[in-house]
Amino acid sequence: MTSFFLKGEWYDFRDLGNPVGGLLHDIDKIAPHWVVYVVASLIGTGGIVLWGVLSCLAFIWIERRVVALMQNRKGPNRVGPAGLLQPVADALKLLMKEAITPRAADKIVFWAGPVLIFVPALAVFAVIPFGPKMTLADLNVGVLFLIAIAGINTPAVFLAGWSSNNKYALLGAMRTIAMLISYEIIQVLALLGPVLLVGSMRLGDLVGWQDHYNTWIFFIQPVGLMAYIFAGAVETNRSPTDIAEAESEIVAGYHTEYGGIKFGFFYQAEYLAGFAIAAAITTLYMGGYTLWGAEKYIPSWIIFLGKLYTVFFIYIWARGTLPRLRIDQLMAFAWKFLLPIMLVNTLVVGGEVLIWRENDISDVTALTLIGLVNFFFGAALVIGWARFLGHGRGRQVGRRALLTQEVGAVYFGAETSS
Amino acid sequence: MDSTGVIIAFYVLAAMTIGSAVSVVVVRNMIHAVMGLIGTFAGLAGLYVTLSADFIAITQILIYIGAISILFLFAIVLTPQASRNNQESFLRFPALVLALLVAGVLIFVALDNTWNLSHAPDFPETASTIGELLLKTYVLPFEIASVLLLVAVVGSIVLVRPEPVEED
Amino acid sequence: MSIHLEHYLIVGAILFSIGLYLALAKRNFIGVLMGIEMMFNAVNLTFIAFSRFVKSDQPLSAHVFVVFVITVAAAEAATALALAVMVYRTRDTINVDQIDLLKW
Repeated sequence: MTSFFLKGEWYDFRDLGNPVGGLLHDIDKIAPHWVVYVVASLIGTGGIVLWGVLSCLAFIWIERRVVALMQNRKGPNRVGPAGLLQPVADALKLLMKEAITPRAADKIVFWAGPVLIFVPALAVFAVIPFGPKMTLADLNVGVLFLIAIAGINTPAVFLAGWSSNNKYALLGAMRTIAMLISYEIIQVLALLGPVLLVGSMRLGDLVGWQDHYNTWIFFIQPVGLMAYIFAGAVETNRSPTDIAEAESEIVAGYHTEYGGIKFGFFYQAEYLAGFAIAAAITTLYMGGYTLWGAEKYIPSWIIFLGKLYTVFFIYIWARGTLPRLRIDQLMAFAWKFLLPIMLVNTLVVGGEVLIWRENDISDVTALTLIGLVNFFFGAALVIGWARFLGHGRGRQVGRRALLTQEVGAVYFGAETSS
Repeated sequence: MDSTGVIIAFYVLAAMTIGSAVSVVVVRNMIHAVMGLIGTFAGLAGLYVTLSADFIAITQILIYIGAISILFLFAIVLTPQASRNNQESFLRFPALVLALLVAGVLIFVALDNTWNLSHAPDFPETASTIGELLLKTYVLPFEIASVLLLVAVVGSIVLVRPEPVEED
Repeated sequence: MSIHLEHYLIVGAILFSIGLYLALAKRNFIGVLMGIEMMFNAVNLTFIAFSRFVKSDQPLSAHVFVVFVITVAAAEAATALALAVMVYRTRDTINVDQIDLLKW
């Protein structure tokens, strides 16, 4: 039976890096050295693009169907058996529609908008480990790469909104940018927690740490994960934080004037960004491609994709059930609530790692203690800070009375005007 | 630094950087000038990667393209009509002569000098060493830089805030 | 032919001189600021090139210096652009030729 467990032979498809490695080894024997790099990058990029596009197509149907079932209606069921050809219909429609450029729009920047938004959403997948040898570029600063490339969205959204020469587009772009830069800080701090624990910013090392200690960082740092799930939803403009493209509010935000395949790029970039956030959550907090030894039987990339789709399902679930937040509620939540909590979380995690490294505590004890302390202290911190800011239980009646009497600023606990 | 890939990458990135910088000078629309500036920043990030300065490259993208470009774009939006054009002032010829002279002197010094070269291989990983240096040798500039950032943030907000309305 | 220190220094020198021209010859205040940012970037490139190629005790101290330069450049860009917006509000122009009175 032991021969059944293939040990890295080129035909071992549990890790697609094995056949690719075999192919590159053969090419290296017959071609100059730089051809190997070119072929490797082409194979990696082609694989990621293929997977990304196919996943987007599949999730167009899945998302609309799941959200519809959650809202007690049927969803797409016309175009094919149970609506399964709906993505094909959507793609054909977007390809065949005329991509209008407004006459007063800035041609170069208008053209560059969708490109600048689509490319970062796709480039993030270069550092994500799909399997043990299946990372396109396992950078030493992988975690920073995730944040930096997601940060390219900010000027891209602004240029797209500005070049449309449309005041709704510009307003939507400004609101989107305010959201994006606020939640970028929360993202950085949330991603800093696992990096402190592991001591390395390389995503392969993070997955290796979780494999070595047989645990998921999710159990050790729940506060960071909750903050990152929310910050990730904001970064990709998904409901409940999709103020920028809420049809009832701002027409369609920064992509009002875009039609046809240009809108198709925005649509696809939104899905790809959602997948990128889900991939980052999976790699950093949920163990990546490992599943406590199941990768001997199940290919590691299938484990990774399963986890990714499960995390993305949480986002679809949130979209189907939660109401949309207002922009001032979102910004207050980021700056007044999440930022102090994440700073305290960073401090606590740093302290715990310091105590662990300085003393000779066994790994299991240390990690269990750290997890329990983080969980209880995090819960106490979240509830305590929310109460401190006035979101507690006992003041609802008082607040409503204040709102009907005051015009203008309402301070929590303020006296009514004399 | 003598593999084919690095040579091609250097020339392409240098052309992109200098081309974008020249486009900042030449174009007439400020938004296009800021796009040229973003191209310069991106080209420089690529050049840092060829110099195996991975942390600085990612920091360049994160801060310059992610934040400072937005500052420029917002300033252009908030100063309409007066800031759409990108013309030169009457000092353009003396400035051109001075810029060419400065470039000439710097290039002459770069080519004529014999530098104390080290022939060391690429840096394996810079982030952890930079972190140690920031917190051990250069901790005082680090703390002063954080105070400086706080002062800049508070100062910018105080500068731009509208006058508080007097209550009767 | 391989890439040496001189290649990077020449790129840095060209960028610095382009930034200098922008800072001296642009009529728009924001254009001047773009020139200043470009000069900062040229200096950063020169630092990193030296740290890679030149013998020293701690080559990564140049990287730390570049981190500080980026920090200071960000703070300075924020403050200068806030000043630009305020000058526009009071004088209704940001043409550097026309902002030449100290007293309103």
